[in-house]
Formats: sequence, structure tokens, C-alpha cells
Amino acid sequence: MKQTHRLLYILLISLGAALSAVLLGAIVLEVLGKNPVAVYRVILTEPLKDLFGLTEIGVRMVPLILVGLGIAISFRSGILNIGAEGQIQMGIIVAAATAIYLPPLPRAVMLPLVLLGGALAGGLWAGIAGWLRARLNVSELLSTVMLNYIAAQIYGFLLRGPMIDPAELQVGSGTPQSVRLPKYAWIDRIIPGTRLHYGLVIAIVLAVLVYVLLWRTRWGYELRAAGAGPKAARYGGIKVESCLVSAMVLAGAFAGLAGAVEVTGVHRRAIEAISSGYGFSGIVVALFGGLHPAGIVPSAFFFGLLLIGSDMTQRIMSVPANMVLVLEGAVILSIISAKMLIADQYLFERFSRALERAGRRKGPESKEGPAAPAAILPSKDPSAPGRDAAEGGRS
Amino acid sequence: MNVFTFLINVLSLGIPFSVALLLASTGEMFNQRAGVFNLGCEGIMSIGAFLAFMPPYLLQNTPLAPYANLIGVSAAVAAGALLGLLFGLVTVTFRAPQGIAGIGLQLLGWGVAGTLFRFFVGGVTGIPGMKNLQVPLLSSIPVLGPILFNMNALAYAGFLLVPASWYVLLKTPWGLKVRAVGTYPRAADTMGVNVARVRYQALVLGGMLAGLAGAYLSLGQAKMFADDIVAGRGFIAVALVYFGRWNPWLILGGSLLFSIAQSFQLAIQVLGISFPYEFAVMLPYVLVIAVLALTPGSVVRGPAELGKPFDREKRV
Repeated sequence: MKQTHRLLYILLISLGAALSAVLLGAIVLEVLGKNPVAVYRVILTEPLKDLFGLTEIGVRMVPLILVGLGIAISFRSGILNIGAEGQIQMGIIVAAATAIYLPPLPRAVMLPLVLLGGALAGGLWAGIAGWLRARLNVSELLSTVMLNYIAAQIYGFLLRGPMIDPAELQVGSGTPQSVRLPKYAWIDRIIPGTRLHYGLVIAIVLAVLVYVLLWRTRWGYELRAAGAGPKAARYGGIKVESCLVSAMVLAGAFAGLAGAVEVTGVHRRAIEAISSGYGFSGIVVALFGGLHPAGIVPSAFFFGLLLIGSDMTQRIMSVPANMVLVLEGAVILSIISAKMLIADQYLFERFSRALERAGRRKGPESKEGPAAPAAILPSKDPSAPGRDAAEGGRS
Repeated sequence: MNVFTFLINVLSLGIPFSVALLLASTGEMFNQRAGVFNLGCEGIMSIGAFLAFMPPYLLQNTPLAPYANLIGVSAAVAAGALLGLLFGLVTVTFRAPQGIAGIGLQLLGWGVAGTLFRFFVGGVTGIPGMKNLQVPLLSSIPVLGPILFNMNALAYAGFLLVPASWYVLLKTPWGLKVRAVGTYPRAADTMGVNVARVRYQALVLGGMLAGLAGAYLSLGQAKMFADDIVAGRGFIAVALVYFGRWNPWLILGGSLLFSIAQSFQLAIQVLGISFPYEFAVMLPYVLVIAVLALTPGSVVRGPAELGKPFDREKRV
């Protein structure tokens, strides 16, 4: 009884949250004079129609999963990393430099070195923010954002200057990009002729490892404890500060690895705008996936679909691809709101009592019948504001 | 060029630059004093900048052209108020974590401004923007005149906002409520202050100021719009609130320091001193981190309940 009520409650709030995110996007589409239903249909179905679309979703999934995993680690440990964008770029730079400037090596040696270099770079870059937070109590939200802008400048400087492809200088076009990475530093493609590469396998294996780390090791337990209740964790003998730093370094390492995998698997040279917002999309992926690896993988598929879909709407219906940012922002706002409402015991009690009253009025047998939803809807609206006033006179 | 004219150049460029930061960070100060950390400032500024840009862009060569700036500024402020309400719904009513909500609002703002701009305008286009108003008499004072009394109306308004917000925050009943709600909401609640309402009011005010800051960027400063016109100023504004210790005057000082540093960097580039410009561009961001790191945590006591949602029913 209570169980079904609980399920219905969660379902309704989730539906409400999804609906409000969709509506927010629809408002923007209406302003553009586009039919929201048609646009949403293109976004959600067009990429699934052929091999190209499907494999491209897979390509986007790789960085989304990797960044999302890192975000999940950091959020669970109580430190919010919003600097993945910069960490990705640092990862790309170091990975590309490792591949280009080291002498030729067999792939079995080179590729791990390149990926490790990327992860290390991202980790160190994020570590700055982690250290500043743990030592000097500098808000990691601000420091990671600032580090994003700094990384973007370093990235641009290196690609325009020291790391630029000499051929670009000879031709005089000056496109800011590095030389092509040597073949022995490439990640192979899974399906020839598409861009889907074995990075996807790496990402999924790492998802399993992150699950093991967070829920099956002592270290993971300490990280989660530091995030769930720093005071209690400290009382329990956990070094919260070092947890913050290591969570941040791990999160950065995942973002840096995402950059390294992207550059060795997809583009095979460092180019400008290689990370087109994966750093922020990764946050949405992680939140949408419930900050759990088992949720992050399907969530990455969904947002991969949205990314490709919005690229396609740009071509087919001339709706700018920035639309995906609107949806991502709306999704974040509605997810965190829904989470709080679901956790609200008081609201649930009221909902459950309203259901019971409706059930009694209808007679005992139609409790879970089709009559229930009609009774729920009106009781959902008067949610938090003025709740005590609404409650007083009823019972 | 001698040092003197160089300095005048730097100052007369840098002081107007500070207005966008000043407006946004004063708004953020009200948010934080009421206990709400609004990282979405960046997103609100983007939308404000876009909405303020549109009317002058669309109304050029129409009879409405003289009012275009006014329409734009009003639209930016109204949108800021709406986004403040949205942020209030999520963080005050639903009590969602404010940091993450801020990221959501920021993405939403970037997305809305970027989508609409690319759809309706496409490329970077200039607009006439706001004209500088020379204050009669005062603007002819040597040295000080061209630096302080040759700015647009919004800039003067921005500087007047500093004493005004100091007065509102520290000398009016509403300001007391704002501070109470951010420091000890339970006590304020016991005394009959509606905590949620005051936080909403602060968020709306903060949103309006962030919208205005965006409008200043597109109308008053750049006189155009581009996707990345805000370029992290929303985040810098949030950082300046910490730097300015939640005090309007210190925030003014912080905004001036930052923008003068930036105009100094621009002036040096103009002088032709060879220096990769990327490093010049990253300067303000490095400065933010340095400033945050060097302000000793024990001295800076922010609003005690900053970032914490208030729940009346929760047991203590």
C-alpha cells in the first residue's frame, strides 16, 4: 500500500520534472517559430535511423561517460568539479605532446603512455583547485571555472605557437592545430568507415572500476563518507581534506583521459574546439545518471543522442545546436528539484493521505485502479509554498 | 607617449569597464547576504546582454530607434528578474543544492542567448549602443574630467548604486531582513520574517542587476553581441563578492582593481610590447584565483548560512 504510493509519488514527480524540462525547451523553440514537437522528434529519432547516427552517438558517449564518472566521484565526495572543460584540454595537450615528441615506440607501450599522460595532466590541473579548497578554503566552483578560462588560453597559445603543425605555417593558412599523431598512438576504430573507436570499451571498463572503487573499497567508502557528512567523517577518523584533494585529482584525471582518448581515437591531432562542451555535458550526464556508473552509461547514451540530434536539427531545421545547452540546463534544474521533492517526507505523507482519502471515497476495491491518477493530479500542485496553511484545516 | 597620458588612457578605459562587474557583483552580494549562492549570474548576464542588444539591432532606422536602448535595458532587467524567480523556485522553494542549480542556470542562460542569437542574428553585428554623456562643467576638469565624467548613463547609475546598495543593505529594515535571513534564518523566522519571501526578493533584485550588467556589456561597453560576450565575468563577479567581503564599497574597489588591470593589459598590448596575447587574456582569471587564495579565510566571515537552504520544519 505505502509502497505503491511511494512508487506513484516518485513516478509523478519524475514525470513532472521531465515535462518541465521539455516545456522550457519548447518555449525557446516557440520563440524561434519552430514546432517543438517536430524538433524534438528530429532530435530524438533522426540519429537512430542509420549506422552513421548510431556510431556517432557512441563516439560522443566516450568522453561523456569518462567525464561523467569523474564528476560522479567528485560530487559524491562533496567537491563540485565544474572545470572538466579545462581538464580535458590539458589532457589533450599532454597526450598529443607525448605522442608527437617521444621517439617511435610500439603501440602497446606508446598508447598507455599517451593516455596516462592525458590523465595525469587533467588530474594535476584539477588538483590545483582541490588543493586550494582543502588548504585555503577557496570555493572549488570559482577556482575550477577560472582554471577553465586559463586552460583555454594555454591551449590556444600552444596550438597557435609552439605546437602548431609546421605545414600550416608553410602553407600560410595558420589553422591552429598540431601535426597528425603518429599511427602507433592511435586507438583503433571498432567499425571501419565510422568514427566509433575502442575508447568506448575503455570507458565502460572504467565505469565498472569506478563502481568497484566507490562501493567496494575502503577508499571509496571514505570518499563517499567525506561527501555525505564531512563532520561525521572527520569524527570517524577520515581525513576529509585529503579526500577532497584526491577526489578532485581523480575527477580531473578522468576528464584528462577523456581528452586523451578523444584526441587519439577521433581526431588524431589536437585541434581547436575539440572539446565542444563535454565538460559541462558531463555534469548533466552524471546527475541524470544518479551519480552512479550504472546510470551514467545509459545517461551518456541519451545525451550523446541529444548532442547528435541537435547537430542534425541545425542542418535539417536550422535550429542552432546551442539548443542542447538549453535542454541541459533545464534538465539539471529539474533533476535537482525532483530529487529534493522525492526526498521530502512531509510532502509524500500528504500525497499518500490524499490518495487514501480518495480511495475511501471511491470504495475499497478501486484503490489502485484507474481512479487513482485523477485524484493525484490536483493534490500535486499545492506543493511546498504555504504548505502549513493548506494542511491545517483539512484533517 | 609619456607615462602620464598612458595612465590616463588606462584609467579612462578601465573605469567604465568596471561597471558590468560592479552591477553583477552588487546583485550577487544581495543574493549571498540573503544566504543564496547564485552561480547562475553568468547565464543571466548572457541573456541580459542578448535581450538588450536585440531592440537596437531590430529597430535601427525606425521611428522607435531613440527608445531602442531603453526597451533593451528594460527587457534585460525583466528577464533577470524572471530568472531570479526561477532560481528561487529551485533553491528556496525546492531547497535544491545551490551550486549545482547555479550551473544549471548558467547553461540555460548560455543556451538561450546562443540559440536565439544564432537564429535571429547569425554573426557578430555592431549596434550604435549608448552614447557617452559628458557632465557639463565637470567633464572639462583636466585629467579627472575625461576619466570620470565622460561615461554613458548606465555607468553613472552603476556607480550611484554603490552608496544606494550600502544604504539599503545596512540602513533599511529590508536590508536588515536580508542580512538576518542569510545569517540566522531561524531567528528571523521566529521574529516573523518570511525567510523564503526575503530570499526571493533578494534573488529577484540580484537577477535584475545581473541582467542590467549584461545589458551594460552589449549596449554600453562592446556595442555588439557575441556568444561569449560575458566571458566569465559572471563568475568573476561572484568571486568579487568574496573579495569584497560582502560589502558594496569593497566590491567597488574590487571591480575597479580588476578592470583597471584589464585595461592596463590592453594598453600594454597596444604599445606593441611583444607578449603572447593569450597570457594577457588569462591575467584576470589568474588574478581571481590568486586573490581568493590570498584572502585569509579567518578574516573573511561571509553570511553564516550562505549556501544552506532553510527548512522551517527541520529539527535542530
